[in-house]
Amino acid sequence: MSTPVVLYEQEYEQLKRVITRLCADANAKFVFLVDKNGQQIAAHGEMLNLDTTSLASLTAGNVAATDGLAHLIGERGFPVLSHEGERDNLHISIVATRVILVIIFDERSSLGLVRLRVKRATAEMNSIFEVIDTKVERERDMGISLDSPFAEITEEDIDALFN
Amino acid sequence: MTFINYASREINCKIVYYGPGLGGKTTNLQYIYDSTAAQSKGKLISLATETDRTLFFDFLPLDLGTVRGFKTRFHLYTVPGQVFYDASRKLILKGVDGMVFVADSQRERMDANIEAIFNLEANLKQHGYDLMKVPYVLQLNKRDLPNVVSASDLTAELSRKGEPVFEGVANRGVGVFDTLKAVAKQVLLELRKNGGG
Repeated sequence: MSTPVVLYEQEYEQLKRVITRLCADANAKFVFLVDKNGQQIAAHGEMLNLDTTSLASLTAGNVAATDGLAHLIGERGFPVLSHEGERDNLHISIVATRVILVIIFDERSSLGLVRLRVKRATAEMNSIFEVIDTKVERERDMGISLDSPFAEITEEDIDALFN
Repeated sequence: MTFINYASREINCKIVYYGPGLGGKTTNLQYIYDSTAAQSKGKLISLATETDRTLFFDFLPLDLGTVRGFKTRFHLYTVPGQVFYDASRKLILKGVDGMVFVADSQRERMDANIEAIFNLEANLKQHGYDLMKVPYVLQLNKRDLPNVVSASDLTAELSRKGEPVFEGVANRGVGVFDTLKAVAKQVLLELRKNGGG
């Protein structure tokens, strides 16, 4: 089994700050971070009723399918995807090789502006994810438990979930 | 791959329903969706063809409740069962935490079951997983049909490692939650084994 992906509070706050600023700088409606397995990491924007869980899983499926297409034609991947709609548009790009950044924008912004702002934000987020990786590795090397809520889970706890 | 978010105090796990085409994978998810309270579930997404055959995947997010202060959320996926959708099937296994194999008990689907299990083992291997180590449950579906192989013969043929086996009639909900519970339990106990990190 692979090791779990972990997100700590401190880095979560930093990521939140980056996407909040990105949303403002790019004049976007919504900015969203999701891991490649479809788990939502952070979100910011004005689209309050958006179903972010579905957005996360469909984005991950979309990126996985496009990566599959890329491999078929001998490409390593398509790091940027862009979908143009009648009102809203989607810009999808990869951060730190395993995280997907999604931006929803309308006519108040433009693809050029979004791409420009994404570039800077991506560099910042890459460093934050590097810090998370280092932290996880260090704690694992030192044998420190990550204070997991599941370290002492009992079968009764699990049974209770289904009652 | 389990995702532990200490900021929002959430743990997300991914469970994939695998098996031959028309075996009842989507029906399992549909039953779970229909019988779960609105506040515990998200939208059931089905990327299907016009004839309701799964094209890419079905997806159902499910909140099971809180364990030790952490919200426990399971993301349930199905794969397309038809043989020629193998490329899509492979993609969905990425980051899986637990597997359910939904077997079709009808005599004439035995070969399809066996082919699908071999396919599962091969595709897991490509992602670096070993079926022997992944939390895994076998469901023998369609037990209400007249032309079924006996449960013991099916188990003998399809069981890989003494995994929990449940007889099911997914369209009536028989065995559906037992299956889900058994796989969820294994996933959570796996987290305990790994210390969550």
